[in-house]
Amino acid sequence: MTSTNLASPHGAALDSAAEVQGRSLWQDAWRRLRTNRAAVVGLVVLGLIAVAAALGPLFLPWTYDQIDWDHVEALPPDFANGHYFGTDSIGRDLLARTLFGGRISLMVGILATFVALTIGVTVGAVAGYVGGRTDQLLMRFVDLMYSVPLTFFVIILMVVFGRNFILMFLAIGAVEWLTMARIVRGQTLTLRSKEFIEAARASGGSTPAIIFRHILPNVLGVVMVYVTLTIPQVILLESFLSFLGLGIQEPMTSWGMLINDGAAELEINPRTLIIPAAFMTATLFCFNFLGDGLRDALDPKDR
Amino acid sequence: MWSYFARRVVIGIPTLWAVITVCFFLMRLTPGGPFDAEAPVPPEVLANLRARYHLDDPLWRQYVDYIINLLQGDFGPSFKYHDFSITTLIAQGLPVSMQNGAAALLLAILIGVPLGIFAALAQNTRRDYIISAGAMTGIVIPNFIMGQVLILVFGVWLKDSVLHLPAGGWNDGALPNRILPVFCLAVPYIAYLVRITRGSMIEVLRANYVRTARAKGLPFRLVVLRHALKSALMPVVTFLGPATAFLLTGSMVVETIFQIPGIGRYFVQGALNRDYTLVMAVTILSAGLVIVMNLIVDLIYSFLDPRVRYDERAP
Repeated sequence: MTSTNLASPHGAALDSAAEVQGRSLWQDAWRRLRTNRAAVVGLVVLGLIAVAAALGPLFLPWTYDQIDWDHVEALPPDFANGHYFGTDSIGRDLLARTLFGGRISLMVGILATFVALTIGVTVGAVAGYVGGRTDQLLMRFVDLMYSVPLTFFVIILMVVFGRNFILMFLAIGAVEWLTMARIVRGQTLTLRSKEFIEAARASGGSTPAIIFRHILPNVLGVVMVYVTLTIPQVILLESFLSFLGLGIQEPMTSWGMLINDGAAELEINPRTLIIPAAFMTATLFCFNFLGDGLRDALDPKDR
Repeated sequence: MWSYFARRVVIGIPTLWAVITVCFFLMRLTPGGPFDAEAPVPPEVLANLRARYHLDDPLWRQYVDYIINLLQGDFGPSFKYHDFSITTLIAQGLPVSMQNGAAALLLAILIGVPLGIFAALAQNTRRDYIISAGAMTGIVIPNFIMGQVLILVFGVWLKDSVLHLPAGGWNDGALPNRILPVFCLAVPYIAYLVRITRGSMIEVLRANYVRTARAKGLPFRLVVLRHALKSALMPVVTFLGPATAFLLTGSMVVETIFQIPGIGRYFVQGALNRDYTLVMAVTILSAGLVIVMNLIVDLIYSFLDPRVRYDERAP
């Protein structure tokens, strides 16, 4: 590459300019993120937990709903039996249940956030770009939803539509999109008056094309930060629903349910609370560190 | 300015009405009714029950009746606690929830805001890291885990010591019964307040007018307290508006764990029992409080920041 530069006839000034590699905004952000120790640790630990939750159950001698009939009792960790973290009060392997519960919790977190992302970004981008009456109508609706106590709303939805795994993340997603819509709308409003959007419009781009090709890529950064901060909130909300008995149903399980079960026998068997609680809080910590790190990386104000 | 608030109040009423309407129809669309959970009831009895609660009226009729009653301050009869009107239940539960909520709010402000300022002034030092890490912990650890652990420590392990606190119950609001639930309610809010205060204080301390104040030679303490604090509190106030509404209407988790007869626990039981009127009453109350609190937040803004003025015409 250098040789071609040297061969160019444009002289020294251009040569040195060509040697400076172009760095995109994302590369810049990535470099900054890598220097943030908490965010990197968060990312790595999250990756480990996700892999363990996704693949771990395949390599364990016990499944999450399998009862060890020789020991229908809470067993301390025992490597000979393959109960590496012991069992719960009716003899189910705690490690298998924790990993499986992690699968469910993470899945609810990610899927619900994805639902919120889809609705929020669409509403926000349309409101911000189209403006006028559409904007007023959509934002008035968001304002209205804001004054409804959302946890109440999720609970009402769960009661009305029954406890169903799919409905759960749809219900959570349906109430978590509001902030996303506001953020995206604000960003879109500032983007709308930029020259490149004007150019796209002048060259005949349709409204959906401009929104998807030009607006969305530019709000992605802010949205990503918000996504990493929403996932832990959703995981918490799910655990809270499970705590109230409105979450996932037996024998399926989630971290929230395991914690709730463990709390019931906290005095005699604290292990059944501590292990799932440790997994969950570690995950929440990591998401928060990562989210904070991403925000600093994408919006460097020398914090 | 007052015309602005009049306008806001006028907007608030249809908002509340929309919330009531959506909730009402959502609850009535439910497959299964409030009398399903009980042992199979003979059809005649069920018909009588439905007639007593006007559930066999046409839906629009029920809706109109409900709104009319609501305007008179009557939330209707409870479907589950026969012989109780919802208004009575709320009148019993709301003061309990509000007292706990107010205490928790006060605690959160008194601890959270000073800690946040303290951390901001020592940005990127060990003191800052310790406070920030503590705040993160407070946010990440769910309320219901902390509640259980607190019960275990103070209610069980320390049973025979001076520090013993009751593990639950209300006991007509005796002080020892309040300590754990209030603390448990306050912790997440302390954590959020620390984070918000710290963030906005750091931002404000970089503002030009703060630099000017320092350049004039004012003592740093004075600059922080007199110049920076006011505008640093803006995001705090924004957060506190809805937070106050939620705290005052009671935490479902904390009231369930500590068995406190507040409206948060009523809501949970109502939802599980499909006690429509109870669930709706709590939802309407909370929505109304959120609307009122947001209004108050706007009012406080204009005191904190002279640039915020409401008498101008919106562009």
